[in-house]
Amino acid sequence: MDIFSIVFYLFAVIIVVSAAIVVMSKNIMYSAFSLLFTFFGVAGIYVLLNADFIAVTQIMIYIGGILILIIFGVMLTSRITGVDIKSGTTGKVQIAFAGVISLVIAITLIFLFANTKWFTSELKPHQSTIEDIGKELLTNYLLAFEVASVLLLIAIIGAAFIARRKS
Amino acid sequence: MSIGLTHYLVLAAILFSLGIFGIITRKNAVLVLMGLELVLNSANINFIAFAKFGGLNIQGHVAAIFVIILAAAEVAVALAIVLNIYQNYRHVNIDEVDKLKE
Repeated sequence: MDIFSIVFYLFAVIIVVSAAIVVMSKNIMYSAFSLLFTFFGVAGIYVLLNADFIAVTQIMIYIGGILILIIFGVMLTSRITGVDIKSGTTGKVQIAFAGVISLVIAITLIFLFANTKWFTSELKPHQSTIEDIGKELLTNYLLAFEVASVLLLIAIIGAAFIARRKS
Repeated sequence: MSIGLTHYLVLAAILFSLGIFGIITRKNAVLVLMGLELVLNSANINFIAFAKFGGLNIQGHVAAIFVIILAAAEVAVALAIVLNIYQNYRHVNIDEVDKLKE
């Protein structure tokens, strides 16, 4: 077992365990903080996949932006002193039903992934992807890039408009 | 056995089903959003895995970037809506927010 496999399994265990804590923890703050470890683990997986720019983007946007927003959402919508900090799940029957559904999804997906003969090309030597991503974004994906920037602007305006307190 | 494409796909499948489980079982709207983030992350892992192993190359990275952009926009708007629900109902349990049904 080489060092690459060990690192992969380390990140995989971090991702799966902390994602399980996210979806099963009774305390909503624990969920929010273990989401941090999930995002870090996914960033590590990106590094193992030679995606340096995506890994940095993952840390900056997911951990630096989305996670902070979610924690703000938790703090603004939970009464910390009351019992409402508990996340509140549905009943036992629904949880069993949802468990069966997600287990079936997982088994089906894993079966499909393991048994499909994927087309695999030979691995290219690792090089920095930033220059190629920049060229792609400003040539082939220029329209999508501009639309995405307009979308982000609309999202900012919409979020500020919706969340503001009505006078 | 060295780490290949299948390992990453199986990891993404487990993450996806955990996210689905969270979306189905949680009442709190913020926790549903967290499950959604898990699902988006698993999709991203698949994109990057195929970018390395499947010859998708830089196009897979660009797709992952757009997924991240959409996730950021989605969570901003969704949390604004959640804050608005909280101001009206004093809770964010999504199964009790059913005023449109009446």
